[in-house]
Amino acid sequence: MQVVRVGQRALLVECDGPDAVAATYRFLRDRAAEVGAEEVVPAARTVLLDGLADPIRTAALIGSWEAPPFPAEPDGELVEIPTTYDGQDLDEVARQWATTTAEVVRIHQETLFRVAFCGFAPGFAYCTGLPGGLGVARRAEPRPRVPAGSVGLAGEYTGVYPTSSPGGWQLIGRTAVALWVPDRDRPALLAPGDQVRFVDA
Amino acid sequence: MPEQPNLEVLDAGALTTVQDRGRPGYAHLGVPRSGALDAPALHLANRLVGNPEQTAGLETTLTGLRFRVSHGVRLAVTGADCAVLVDGRPAAWGAALSVAGGAVVEIGPARSGLRSYLALAGGIEAAPVLGSRSTDLLSGLGPAPLGAGQVLPLGAAYGLAPAVEAVRPPYGSVLRVDLGPRTDWFTAAALAGLDGATYVVGAASNRIGLRLEGPRLERNRRGELPTEPMVLGAVQVPPSGQPVVFLHDHPTTGGYPVIAVVRPEDLGVCAQARPGERLTLRVVG
Repeated sequence: MQVVRVGQRALLVECDGPDAVAATYRFLRDRAAEVGAEEVVPAARTVLLDGLADPIRTAALIGSWEAPPFPAEPDGELVEIPTTYDGQDLDEVARQWATTTAEVVRIHQETLFRVAFCGFAPGFAYCTGLPGGLGVARRAEPRPRVPAGSVGLAGEYTGVYPTSSPGGWQLIGRTAVALWVPDRDRPALLAPGDQVRFVDA
Repeated sequence: MPEQPNLEVLDAGALTTVQDRGRPGYAHLGVPRSGALDAPALHLANRLVGNPEQTAGLETTLTGLRFRVSHGVRLAVTGADCAVLVDGRPAAWGAALSVAGGAVVEIGPARSGLRSYLALAGGIEAAPVLGSRSTDLLSGLGPAPLGAGQVLPLGAAYGLAPAVEAVRPPYGSVLRVDLGPRTDWFTAAALAGLDGATYVVGAASNRIGLRLEGPRLERNRRGELPTEPMVLGAVQVPPSGQPVVFLHDHPTTGGYPVIAVVRPEDLGVCAQARPGERLTLRVVG
């Protein structure tokens, strides 16, 4: 695996794409103790190992390993998000995809997404898997306040706002499911590697 | 049962927060690490009053804090140098003090540095979130910043042997950095000029990031970096070319390239740098 030093305590593992990130994240998370990492954090094209006591030793160890193979079948936990498709930007997404709003909803519901990484806010999951390289340009002007539970699209991702916040994603719907409950055993409903399907509310 | 000891806030100053070691281990869920910005100062204050180092204390910002304690308690103030008054009488900064129940304690404005740390024997017993009582100003986790009239419960004294030790030396004005990981995003001139470059601390600096104003760090390419995980001390460079050093409440991911990372031992310098002060970067690795 390809490794880059990040300061005195961390390493970034570089990956070819989202599938490689998913496989590498799971592989390293399951070996966090062996590599001596306090944090294993995936993002778009990299996986971070942080809190390392001896990054040189860890870099040598990981550098000697083959990149893990992609799983033949998706195998993360499946989470269903009941969604009402009445978002203010449905028409805009339909315009960007040169199709109808009904087709936008169909594509969103038929796609089996995977949580690529979390960021932006606790429990905010960036979910990948849109077919055929579909993507969505962000709003030119972010909204000052997006309600919790709003379902949106931006770039190659879909996601759900776990808490009310400013935001620039194109909103296509909403869910009543709580995405972030800090005192729950699983504080984030969606964690990296999980599979996600959006269904009718 | 005697009433649980507490601290009543009389004046919270500009910004006072509860801080301990924060929430490392949850970055993969988008949770910032949070915790005391000048961790060695909080650790020292805790040692002085016989607490484990990571016990929750208070972090002030420039203007100080005034409070009353319900019961007699041992406390210590460290970090930014400041006056300490107990019932209006001067007391020692950087040393353990035993104050009587009902005493009013004032932590004065910082004379140098920016953030003072208060530890009380037993620690602040705010409700923990994900194992930490730290206030996270980015995501809103943990207790809200202190306000006047607020009453904070205190824990039972740990009774560890209190440390007797010299206070920390002055913080200095040099940030040692290790280059990378995204040096390939910057021009040769930007990289060559980094060592020894002097920046002014921007007024918008906060617990999330230290904003530096000075020589523009030019990129050698356009486009966006795919979102990357971010580390404490990362020197991130937005399109303005003015770097931001990520401090404890930093977002867990970011889309701008990181040119270098501040050495952990200089994070205290970042915590104590005042807006308008000058800091010099020193490339050491």
